Amino acid sequence: MRDHAPRRRPGGTVRLIAKPLVFAACLSPFLWLAWAVGYSPEALGANPVEYAIRYCGDWAMRFLWITLCVSPINELLQAPVVVRFRRMLGLFAFFYAALHLLLYTALDLSFDLGALWEDVVKRRYITVGMLAFVLLVPLAVTSTKGWIRRLGGPRWNRLHKLVYPAAVAVALHYFMMVKADIREPLVYAGILALLLGYRVVTRARRRLQRRRRQAEAAASRA
Amino acid sequence: MLIRFAKPSDVKPSEITPRSVYLDRRAFLRTAAVAGAGAMLPLIPGGAQAGEKLSDVAKTPYGQDETLTSMMSVTSYNNFYEFGPDKRDPSRHAGDFKPKPWSVKVDGLCAKPGEVAFDDLISPHKLEERIYRLRCVEAWSMVIPWVGIPLGDVIKRFEPLGDAKFVAFETVMRPDEMIGQQRPLLNWPYVEGLRMDEAMNPLTILGIGMYGEVMPNQNGAPVRLVVPWKYGFKSIKSIVRISFVADQPRATWNEQAPHEYGFYSNVNPDRDHPRWSQRRERRIGELLKRDTLPFNGYAEEVAQLYAGMDLINKDF
Ligand code: HEM
Repeated sequence: MRDHAPRRRPGGTVRLIAKPLVFAACLSPFLWLAWAVGYSPEALGANPVEYAIRYCGDWAMRFLWITLCVSPINELLQAPVVVRFRRMLGLFAFFYAALHLLLYTALDLSFDLGALWEDVVKRRYITVGMLAFVLLVPLAVTSTKGWIRRLGGPRWNRLHKLVYPAAVAVALHYFMMVKADIREPLVYAGILALLLGYRVVTRARRRLQRRRRQAEAAASRA
Repeated sequence: MLIRFAKPSDVKPSEITPRSVYLDRRAFLRTAAVAGAGAMLPLIPGGAQAGEKLSDVAKTPYGQDETLTSMMSVTSYNNFYEFGPDKRDPSRHAGDFKPKPWSVKVDGLCAKPGEVAFDDLISPHKLEERIYRLRCVEAWSMVIPWVGIPLGDVIKRFEPLGDAKFVAFETVMRPDEMIGQQRPLLNWPYVEGLRMDEAMNPLTILGIGMYGEVMPNQNGAPVRLVVPWKYGFKSIKSIVRISFVADQPRATWNEQAPHEYGFYSNVNPDRDHPRWSQRRERRIGELLKRDTLPFNGYAEEVAQLYAGMDLINKDF
């Protein structure tokens, strides 16, 4: 027998090293923005408010898309460790979306909530953006262990399927906001189509396998 | 993509015009005159051939009480889709554009049509500085000291006929020099139009420069329209053709989305736009928005042009 020094659990490495690193990475777009506002406003161009609003919208969307990459990566690369980052990634998507909405409400609308409501009712791209935000709120709220326990796994899972319509609404929001050049919204919509298409395909395949197994079981019982 | 980090080679605005200088127009002009065009020239974004000082420019009372927007902002934040759809694109991509030599074709319902060289078009007239507010349909605005000549004076030289009710304008088509034109972003070439009385209004000018200098490429060199009571997209840039016509001419953004961009497109806080509330605007350089004025504050000069018209539902 070979005696070996006590080894840290691999889970500990994730918790103590990888998580803080990923957290810092996720926060860095915000830190850059805050730094630019304070020390290098010219980096934000002639209209820094517009820049900041769009910048936060972009990062909210990117983090949402990254969050949706977690399951495919786990399944395709057999890397279950990525699942442990999903909540953090999703919450960062929400953080940037909330900042996006806050900057818009504060700086474009001077906190005139009547004007915000008017925008939501009148301007379709904002209607759709608000729909996305409203769908993301319950997901952020119920992201804690306590809420998972309270809701129970299956119900919590069902609730968190709202991320799909939210993501579709975000892609649409971006599409509708653009005046003439739709190339970039198309790229993001294309990536989302892949991410959602993957789920449709794997789910269909799983259902097929389940049915086949049931059929086999029934046949062997007969 | 909006995340763009400044390249080390990018010129910092602070290197171009000290803040204290561009905040004070007179001081700015004085400094520019002392420093000489040469010192400013290479610092204009996009390497535009502008920077050459314009001499013999008459001052006018327009906009004397306004605070000018910094030249850095005016030359780096542009909607000029011919050079790309992002507002930073024109200053980046307009460097290869050649505004010289230039000529403008004048045709249609007039007694003296013809192809007119740039100098022949401009030099018979006295250059004026007009400090105007520019209001973009996207709910931002600037204050720009244009240099130009009244369009009405130019039009008279071509002796439009009685049935010429509108004036149509066309932007140059040069996909080799204007990368935005290499894709069908808009229905190229860009076209715009004014009613004859709008074109003849003393506020309407052909701009050939700003801040006392030759027009930078990204701002519509060598010659553009400036119609300060209308949303910015009406002020067509890099004009190569002026036509006198009987019927309302085509207009590019109006064709692109007729419900969003009307032919008249007068600045109107009461006419809501499907994308942007037009009630308020962000003056570039300011944090919060300010109220938008009817006709961009030029109601006294132009409101009578639209007497009896429904500017909200029909002729917006
Ligand atoms: C009530 C909710 C929302 C409002 C009022 C809102 C408003 C806006 C506004 C005003 C713009 C910029 C339009 C312009 O500059 O012309 C914008 C762009 C954008 N928004 Fe939102 N938004 C909302 C929700 C969201 C959410 C939840 C996301 C993503 C998760 C999002 C992602 C984006 C993106 C990606 C853009 C385009 C940025 C770019 O141009 O690169 N928005 N939104």
